[in-house]
This record gives sequence, structure tokens and C-alpha cells, in this order.
Amino acid sequence: MKRSHLFVILALFVILVVCLNRPCQARVYIDINAPYLRKIPTAIPIFKDMSGGQPHSQLAKTLSELLTESTDFTGFFKILDRESFLEDPQEAGLVQREINFKNWTDVGAELLIKCGFKYNGDLLEMELRLFDAFDGRLIMGKRYTGRQEDKRRIIHRFCDEMILRLTGHRGIFSSQIGFVSTTTGSKEIYIADFDGYNPRRFTDTGTITLFPAWSSDGKWLAYTDYRHGKPDIFIRHIKEKRGTVVSLKGSTSITPAWVPGQFALLASLSHEGNPSIYLLSGNGKIMRKLTRHWGIDVAPTLSPDGKKFAFVSNRSGSPQIYVKNVAGGNARRLTYEGRYNTSPQWSPRGNFIAYVGLSKGQFDIYLIGAEGQGPIQLTQGAGNNESPTWSPDGTLIAFSSNREGPSRIYVMNANGTDQRRLLILNGEQTNPSWSPRLTGY
Amino acid sequence: MTKRFWIGLALLLVIPGLIFTASCAKKQVKSEPGVTGTESTGAKRLEGDAQARALEEERLREQRAEMAARQKFQNEDIHFEFDKSGLLPEAKRILRDRAKWMMAHPNTSVIVEGHCDERGTSEYNMALGDRRASSTKSFLVNVGIASQRLTTISYGEEKPLDPANNDEAWAKNRRVHFVLE
Repeated sequence: MKRSHLFVILALFVILVVCLNRPCQARVYIDINAPYLRKIPTAIPIFKDMSGGQPHSQLAKTLSELLTESTDFTGFFKILDRESFLEDPQEAGLVQREINFKNWTDVGAELLIKCGFKYNGDLLEMELRLFDAFDGRLIMGKRYTGRQEDKRRIIHRFCDEMILRLTGHRGIFSSQIGFVSTTTGSKEIYIADFDGYNPRRFTDTGTITLFPAWSSDGKWLAYTDYRHGKPDIFIRHIKEKRGTVVSLKGSTSITPAWVPGQFALLASLSHEGNPSIYLLSGNGKIMRKLTRHWGIDVAPTLSPDGKKFAFVSNRSGSPQIYVKNVAGGNARRLTYEGRYNTSPQWSPRGNFIAYVGLSKGQFDIYLIGAEGQGPIQLTQGAGNNESPTWSPDGTLIAFSSNREGPSRIYVMNANGTDQRRLLILNGEQTNPSWSPRLTGY
Repeated sequence: MTKRFWIGLALLLVIPGLIFTASCAKKQVKSEPGVTGTESTGAKRLEGDAQARALEEERLREQRAEMAARQKFQNEDIHFEFDKSGLLPEAKRILRDRAKWMMAHPNTSVIVEGHCDERGTSEYNMALGDRRASSTKSFLVNVGIASQRLTTISYGEEKPLDPANNDEAWAKNRRVHFVLE
């Protein structure tokens, strides 16, 4: 599986950078650090069928939808309605000199993505070009060759390149989301693509499995399960069948969180009495106790540099979020509003911590600055919203919500806009955990 | 002198003989009821049956009481306030009963399960369930139960007794539950 993946990537993706005219300037179109983005009006006409002969209009439509959905998923673009477009995509050209950019600025487009495909034997060839419609200029162009069934991967690869070019940062298109689902009757961990596509079951414990957490290289998943009759932390290699169980008598071993860039993790263990945060090696060995207090210390999350961690403690009498240095020192209380603040998740971009707060009987997702600025409320008036998890670029947050009845996984922009459901499976879905960018994808 | 000799000899022979027969007789008496039973009157038989029945009933009653006590032990949960793991007065009363029962049954060991209602986040509730089980165990240890007879486990909000979404169900679900091993 792995090898064939690699082979497909190496052999079939012939990537040609087709910056045909002047070299592209590294202009940042989208500042992903801005708290409120203006969405860029973007036109994505139907893919042009360049095969000749029998038209593949269904494939043209499928590819166009795929590109539109993927582009839209990022939250950076306002995708314009094709009904308003002035030209016939099957007639119009794909290269800069053949494009009348006025046709596009007239319908309000600032960016234009022109694409075409053709069959070369059994292989599918795709050309995708991103233009600045105002400047009438090519920003980037790519050509890919692959099998028909690789079309999702090809389009996501283009989107990844496009986001890198427009924002200066790698996007989310090679990431996946782990979550817990009760589909089989027990609580098991599932993994789906970032957009909820292709969910597959990862664990088969027949019991309760919770709190999936990805290592920062994307190779390991840590989680809690009750297979041995008590909540133990399991550390499992995702592709190879190997790993460790941290089995401690009398311990509630929960909420693993990996240290960025290291084969080490933090977790809450209670084998010495009250639930406290410990540092463990990736092999499950306890290295150090990081919090010492009479109360509950749980749900650690690390800053991107791995030097600090936020966690939940009830040392003040109610669950609140605290920040502490991994190296030691005092814990600093971060949340003061409300009597119940839990589930902190430090943004991979470092500035913010997303968490769950209780207000007026409802649980909602909030955002607070790592130095206590804010907080701002991201979800509101739509059921209970829990378990926030950041996309690897820090621009999106997935979470679970019972706004439609059973708990499902949703995703929103980091400013709370564009909340939408990611997928539906039988049973209920909780505990989402967004992977880092995965290699070998 | 000869008279004395004969009396002494007689005593020497007779006393052990008496002792021997007495011990034999004792043994015979022990095995007698079975033998004489067949010869006893009907009234006597009935009396014996009634006695056996009474004994059997007593035994069953004790067994039922024992079962009921075990059932009660496992069915009667102790309850908690929202987001709290401190023991309420009623919980302490129940736990004192538990401790008495455990002292009377020194060979039992118990799993102490901590549970929470569905409100709140699953990871915090898991820790809260840990605390509830732990404060329960501490109480029992303090009144004299050996700590190795008590195993704690938290199920957080994962195993609600009543899945309904209201105050009544939540109150039921915030509990420590006992399972006899």
C-alpha cells in the first residue's frame, strides 16, 4: 500500500511548472494571520475537455465540482456563480494570451482558475492555471498526469500549491481528521480525509476508545481505550502494527497530546493519586511529572515551539485553563470568564488557544489569546459545541456539535464563520483530532 | 490384706472397663439416631422433617438476605452534585453501611466506578469520575477497609444510567457504582 502510493506519486504525477510568461512574483494574496479575512471573489469555470472526439461532460463536471469544493473548503475564497460567466468554457482558451480578462473582472472575479483535461491512453492529463484577473497575469500553472481514480489527489495537490502561493503557507489538503464514532455500537476511532471524505475505522476494541491525538510527524496516534478493563493510553504506529500501552494500576490515563517535533507526549495520569500532567516518551515511559496539585489536571496542549503547555485544572474550584512552562515554574490562569472552561487546543500558529466554555447552559467554542486577550465566542445558539481541533495551518477549526440532534463533526473558519457539517456516519461522532500535513499522501 | 488386694485388682480391671464401655457407649449413642430413627413413631418423623425444613428455610432466607445485601450493595449508587466529587451526607451514610458489610464479608473485593452526567466535556468528566471513585475509596479506607480490596475506575460520561437529557437523569448519572468482584 505504502510502496504503491509512493510509486503512484513518483511515476504518475509529472508536475510541470508552466510559468509561461514572466516569472511569478511572491506576492501574498491572503494573510492567514488576519483575524477577519475578506474572501477573494474567484471564478472557476467548468473544466475544458481537450480530448477531442467523444466529450466527457460528466468528468468535466465532476472535476469542476471537486476543485470548487476544495477551494471553497479553505474559507479564503468567494466562489462566483457560473451562471453569470460570459464565455463558453469549452471554446475559450486556457493560456494568458487567449484570455479576455475583462470578461472576468466584469463578473467581479479577482482570481480565475482555468482548467482543462484530456485522456492520454488510460491516463488523465490535467492542466490547472491560476490567474490574477485584475492584473491579467498567470500566478501559477501546473500539469498533472494520473489515473482516473487519482483525480481527488491531483486536485488536492494543485490546491495545496495554490494555497502555498497565495498565503505563503502550506495548506490542509494532505491532512486527515481522526474522530470517535459509535457506528459499530462501541466507541472506535475513525480516520477520514480533511473534508470528511472516505471515513475508515482505525480501531477495533469493542469497547470505549477516546481522545485520538496525532504525533507531529503524522505517523503515530495516541488514544485512550478500555480494552483492558480500564482507561489506558495506547500509542500506535498508524501504518505498521506496532505500539505501546501505558498500563498503570488505578490510573485514569487520558488526553494524550504530542510534543511538536518530538517522539514524546503529555497526558493526564492518576496512578499516584489525583489526575496530573506527565511527560512520557513515545515508548510510553514516564519521564517527568509536570503538575503538582490536589485537584484535577487534565487535557494538556502544547505551544507550537513545545516550550509551554495549556491544561485544565479545577484548582480554583471550577475547571479553568492554565498555562505553564514544560521546564517548570508556576501555572498561570488564562480563563476568568465563566465557571467551566475546558478542552484547550493551542493553535499551530501560536497566537490563540481554542477551548470549550459553558455559558447560559450551553457549551460553545471560544478563542483566547495565549496571553489572555479576548476571549471571543466562535459558536453560538446551535446546540452544544465541543472538542475543538485546529487544521495544521491554523486557519480552520473542527469540532463536535449536537446542533442537529446526534453529535456530528463540523468545521468552521478560525473566526467562527462558515460552520458546516463534515460527514455523517451511523451513530454519533465526537472527539475530532486534525492531523498534521501528511507526507506520502 | 488379701481382701484389699482383690478390691484393688477389681478396681484396676473394672475402671478401665467402665471407661472403655462408657466411651463405646458414647460412640454408640452418636450413631444411634440413624438406627433408632427407623423405629421411631410417625409423629417423631414429622417433627424431624419440620425441623429440617425450618433449617432449610432458614438457610434459604439467609441466602436470600445475602443475595439482597449483595444486590443492594451493587444497585444502590451514591450520588454527587454537578462538577463535584465531595461526598454528600447521604452518600456517607450509605458508605458506612457498605463498610459494615465489607467488614462482615472479609473475602470480598469491590470495583468502585466513578460516573458523570453528560454535561461538560468528555475528558474533564473522565477526570471527575476518577475523583468521585477516589473520594469514595478514601472514605472506605478511612473507616477501616483495606485499600487493596477496592479498585477504582472512571467511566466519565460514557455509561449513563439514564440516557435522558434532563435534571432527573443527570442526577442519577452523577454516581459512584459498586461492583462486587
